[in-house]
Amino acid sequence: MMEKKLHKEPKAKEKDQTPIIEIKDLHKTFGKDNVILKGVNLTLNKGEDLVVLGRSGSGKSVTIKCIVGLIEPDKGEIKVFDENVLNISKSQLNEIRVRIGFLFQSGALYDSMSVRENLAFTLTKHKRDLSPEEVEREVMEALENVGLAEAVDKMPSELSGGMRKRIGLARTLILKPEIILYDEPTTGLDTITSREISELILDIKHKQKTSSIIITHDMACAKMTADRIVVLKDGVIHAEGTYEELEKDEDEWVRSFFE
Amino acid sequence: MILAIKNTFTEIGETTLFVKRFFKEVFIPPYETKEFLKQCYIIGYKSLPLVAITGFIMGLVLTLQSRPTLVQFGAESWLPGMVALSLIREIAPVITALICAGKISSGIGAELGSMKVTEQIDAMEVSAVNPYNYLVVTRVLACTLMVPLLVFFADAIGIIGGYVGINIHGDVNFYRFLTQIVQSLEYLDLLPATLKTFFFGFFIGMIGCYKGFNASNGTESVGQAANSAVVTASLSIFIIDMVAVQITDLFF
Repeated sequence: MMEKKLHKEPKAKEKDQTPIIEIKDLHKTFGKDNVILKGVNLTLNKGEDLVVLGRSGSGKSVTIKCIVGLIEPDKGEIKVFDENVLNISKSQLNEIRVRIGFLFQSGALYDSMSVRENLAFTLTKHKRDLSPEEVEREVMEALENVGLAEAVDKMPSELSGGMRKRIGLARTLILKPEIILYDEPTTGLDTITSREISELILDIKHKQKTSSIIITHDMACAKMTADRIVVLKDGVIHAEGTYEELEKDEDEWVRSFFE
Repeated sequence: MILAIKNTFTEIGETTLFVKRFFKEVFIPPYETKEFLKQCYIIGYKSLPLVAITGFIMGLVLTLQSRPTLVQFGAESWLPGMVALSLIREIAPVITALICAGKISSGIGAELGSMKVTEQIDAMEVSAVNPYNYLVVTRVLACTLMVPLLVFFADAIGIIGGYVGINIHGDVNFYRFLTQIVQSLEYLDLLPATLKTFFFGFFIGMIGCYKGFNASNGTESVGQAANSAVVTASLSIFIIDMVAVQITDLFF
């Protein structure tokens, strides 16, 4: 089972300040006049867990989808590992994508494949020379990391919401990413399962030394995981600080997230 | 009105780019052989019962319907050749392709549409797996190769249906029946009919993939993708058939 001991890292100011994701002046408009991002500036430092807060539709998911090239922004710069992902070839982008894990809100497991096949699929596409025994070992290791080794032969339709997210996370972890982007990891889950997922995020950060951007509306998750929090409003970063700082922010709108 | 015209041209442009991408990616490794074989199994093998039943009924009904007219002219002996020619040149390819449009194109449209809506295609993309290569190339190739084989199978079963139809009203030896068919067929009856089935297969797969791959977000769009795939694929089969017949008429 999953290790319950939490490994809370030191806060951002005590940590390595080397930026691994730098977003500058990011703009995105859908259609003619649906302006979502109006110049987002964001930095993720190495080893940091950055929580992004904001109202629904404020552009949080759009921002992280721009990072991995799922959405093309209209203007701006996104540097990941010192490479501007907007000006590189598809193969270079794919090399960066392998180093970034992305946990979708729904888990996005492949419905037609079992849990084992879901994990092995991603692995074998990138490491084609692995023997079946090695693939099996890596699959089981990733599943043990999320505490779901017993679900290896199940189909996604047989899994609960929390299990789907954990398996989604295991599928992300199997490529040993350096950055993980979490898109609302606890949405739709009960309080206990949400806490388990938040503990898992911390556990992974400790074990795999990852850096993360976590988009969430769940303040308990934010409190547990955040080294730093940014708040998106009207397409720009409206506030930034630690949980404790923003909880006492002079802006009532920012404080309302913490009430 | 102007918006509708603009949307139509946009769709034509997007479809063209989607098809063009197929010819670019089909030659680029990695080759997804395992997925291709799986799709051949699903598209080809799993369609055999449906194609067999339809093929048999086509042959039987065509024989029973044609017989009275031929009997009136005392040309009953032409029945095996006429049935075989009709089946091989036109009826079996078109009817089998229409069945495949209903079964395969809608299935692919719904499957890929659902994958798109539930972010499974995005999940492939962000894990640096090329979803077009894995999902589209394999399915389109499998359709292009399996539909002609299914048509051959429908031809054979249809001819057996025709034999049963003839024997309802008479007693014809199977060897004699086959000899009459072989004597009435020429190589040029088979070639254009076979060539057009590759195009049928290609478009059935491509339309299903295009509709599914471009499903907009929302579960409603999955149904729309499946429905639209069947309608467009069926229509395209008739258009391809019309063009193929014109070309055949011109050159053969």
